[in-house]
Amino acid sequence: MSTFYFIAFLSIFFSLLVIFAKNPVHSVLYLILTFFTFTIHYILLNAQFLAVVNFIVYMGAIMVLFLFVMMLLNLNKETEPGKHYLAKLAGVIAGGCLLVTLVGSLKAYKVSAPVVLQDPGLGLVKNLGKVLFSEFLLPFEISSVLLLSAMVGAVLLAKKEPKATA
Amino acid sequence: MGNSITQTIQTVPLNHYILLSAIIFSIGVTGVLIRRNAIVVFMSVELMLNAVNLLLTAFSVYKGDASGQVFVFFVMALAAAEVAVGLAIIVMIYRNTHSTDINVLSRLKW
Repeated sequence: MSTFYFIAFLSIFFSLLVIFAKNPVHSVLYLILTFFTFTIHYILLNAQFLAVVNFIVYMGAIMVLFLFVMMLLNLNKETEPGKHYLAKLAGVIAGGCLLVTLVGSLKAYKVSAPVVLQDPGLGLVKNLGKVLFSEFLLPFEISSVLLLSAMVGAVLLAKKEPKATA
Repeated sequence: MGNSITQTIQTVPLNHYILLSAIIFSIGVTGVLIRRNAIVVFMSVELMLNAVNLLLTAFSVYKGDASGQVFVFFVMALAAAEVAVGLAIIVMIYRNTHSTDINVLSRLKW
């Protein structure tokens, strides 16, 4: 029980650091730590497949992509011109209002049963694979098309345009 | 191992998972609103996606239904596609304007 609250505190702490760090590279590093705490959350929920996927896809692939782009654009310094003080304050207030609304609607929902894992094999690869390839076979195939089109789009966008046509 | 894990989560109420996800989602929204660097804005969007992922997993375990976790898998696939295309767009913008400040894109609204 206390493990959950400790990890939850770390998640919130690191995600706050992500948005308040001045240097974008520090933001990425804090984001990696945040994703690591999320992986621990998945392990605590016994969602082992999601824990591994989160670890590999988010902390591995996506974060490397972020860091590559940051190094490519030479953003590893504090180049960001600060937003106006009032605009920042308005942003924080808007985010706080959203949080208050969410928590308020949570309070209206009185029931708070503890999360109990009835089936220990729920989040294992075997069980998820059966569900994925029986109920969700069509979405799975469509997501492969999505990934292919994203790959083609990314290559097309990032390609340097030839001088002759420009 | 499996027993100790199920005992660990047995005493955490569902509301606390919802609260944690709500806090992290709000942090992500705040990050989108207060930062001007496009890449940091992207990272805040990732935070929001992850908060939703965690909540979907918690609901899935709560209801004993694996569909929620499959949906998280789809969200991750979508996030990977989104980051690839988004970062390519940022690289292109940087090549044209030599900045990743989102304010230089304000003329897109005309």
